[in-house]
Amino acid sequence: MSGLSGMMPSGVTGRGLVLLVLAALGLAVAPFVADRYLVSVLTTVLWFAYVGQAWNVMMGFSGLLSLGHALYVGLGAYVSAAVFVHFGIGPWAGMVLAMLVAVVAGCVIGFLGFRFGVKGVHFALLTIAFAEVARIGFDHITWVGGSGGFFLPVEAGASDPLNLRGSPVLFYYVALALVVGALFLSRALLHSRLGYQWLAVREEPDAAEASGVDLFRARMTAVAVSSALTALGGVFQAFYFNNLFPEQVFSMGRSIEIILPAIVGGIGTLVGPILGAFILTPLGEALTFLIEAGGLDLPGLKQLFYGAALVAIVVFRPEGVWPWLARRLRLVRQPGEGA
Amino acid sequence: MTALLEVERLSKRFRGLKAVSEVSFTVPEGRILALIGPNGAGKTTTFNLIAGVFPPDEGRVTLKGRNLTGLKPNQVCAAGIGRTFQIVKPFGQLTVEENVVVGALARERSVETARRQARAVLERLELADQANRPARSLTLPDRKRLEVARALATRPTLLLLDEVLAGLRPTEVDRMVEVLRELNRREGLTILMIEHVMRAVMALSDRVVVLDHGEKIADGAPAEVVADPRVVESYLGAEALD
Repeated sequence: MSGLSGMMPSGVTGRGLVLLVLAALGLAVAPFVADRYLVSVLTTVLWFAYVGQAWNVMMGFSGLLSLGHALYVGLGAYVSAAVFVHFGIGPWAGMVLAMLVAVVAGCVIGFLGFRFGVKGVHFALLTIAFAEVARIGFDHITWVGGSGGFFLPVEAGASDPLNLRGSPVLFYYVALALVVGALFLSRALLHSRLGYQWLAVREEPDAAEASGVDLFRARMTAVAVSSALTALGGVFQAFYFNNLFPEQVFSMGRSIEIILPAIVGGIGTLVGPILGAFILTPLGEALTFLIEAGGLDLPGLKQLFYGAALVAIVVFRPEGVWPWLARRLRLVRQPGEGA
Repeated sequence: MTALLEVERLSKRFRGLKAVSEVSFTVPEGRILALIGPNGAGKTTTFNLIAGVFPPDEGRVTLKGRNLTGLKPNQVCAAGIGRTFQIVKPFGQLTVEENVVVGALARERSVETARRQARAVLERLELADQANRPARSLTLPDRKRLEVARALATRPTLLLLDEVLAGLRPTEVDRMVEVLRELNRREGLTILMIEHVMRAVMALSDRVVVLDHGEKIADGAPAEVVADPRVVESYLGAEALD
């Protein structure tokens, strides 16, 4: 984790800026040069970068460990899909509703946690419990398909960007927009009064409170922002895959997949979740590809790989890859080098 | 002199142990009052009761006549009391300046203005040259100064200092004493300090309150208090009589 220093764009060196622009350009033109498969992989990368960024608002900025973020993805996905299928309400209106539902769920968890002093690991358990309850509960809500899954109507060749119906390239750009949007929003939040208060709460809650920070309010807003953003990721998922199964959407495994990029890239940094997603997802895909090419049938190997990656990071780069990389390649100015 | 802070019959028990028992004292506006006593006398508990860390079992705390009893620490801060922690609690990963900005944001909505105020406070506590360093990298004396800076940035009318001189070398003690005297004389800041460094207590305080086993055993001018036989016996030790 790190503070504002070292992640402020004002602290980006010329070299860092060049790299940033190149990366942005590369991502902007990628669909024109990449094949279908690569675009789909990149879309997955961007999706994880986005939800990782959303999770980071809670853990990275405010020190609140959520291990149940699949809950917000699932709620966002199911709410937007349900109003679309049953009432014909498109994703733009649906996403507002989706975010609202996710925020309410987040606030219930937050209220229980913060009012009754449930901290750290116990708070994390609370977040898992809610995600699990949702997973099991949605198995029985037949209005949205229950355990048999919920499906959005798909018309071949339909192109209706306003309703998120269209080609994979459309979804690629939507995912890219989400990542860019979340990055700028996170940056703005971090530089705001609220951002300072979040970091203070993360570092030393007692001292933050003595400095006038309302702990309950600061933590609740972190949960609200994080759950709302994550729900948008869920809306995307619903309209991209067109099918939802509680067993997958709300699974514990999904929650872990969401947080891995941020941990690998660097918790509490702006670039960390994005970098982490670009490291983990392609490696996982390559592994799957190699295994299949080799004619082997080894289910769960990707999870094993993620586990190994996590162990490696915790042991060798506990602060994540980004802070280390930024120092090594001099992409940001270090504290004391002048702003 | 009107009383800025009034502490009336404050009591707190922890599982049957009387940490603070019917302690009353007042801090007049613009003065420096020192709270002294042996370890475990209830000094920090008294501070925590004033600052709202936990509510008292009995008693009342008022600031300028406003009842603060039962308020949370952030509300007490908003009411005008800034505090430091005996065991320093810097926001370790943030820079020194960012630490103080958090304090300034207690009364300021604009981050830009808060940053300007933070720089001014850092100047005054001679921490300006460390502004961009992570707080965790500071030496102990600088961390103590940072505690004071962060508390000051909340623009308190009363500053609670919990052993900010402990662990400092004599020259560092003198520097801090000078800074505190300045704040008091120039800006009329009222200070309530827990302190073991008697040299500083004698140099700074207008009044001294002595606690022992959770009870107040003396309250008066510094010279009177250190001559009080009960204080000598319980706290200062026989050598202080020399």
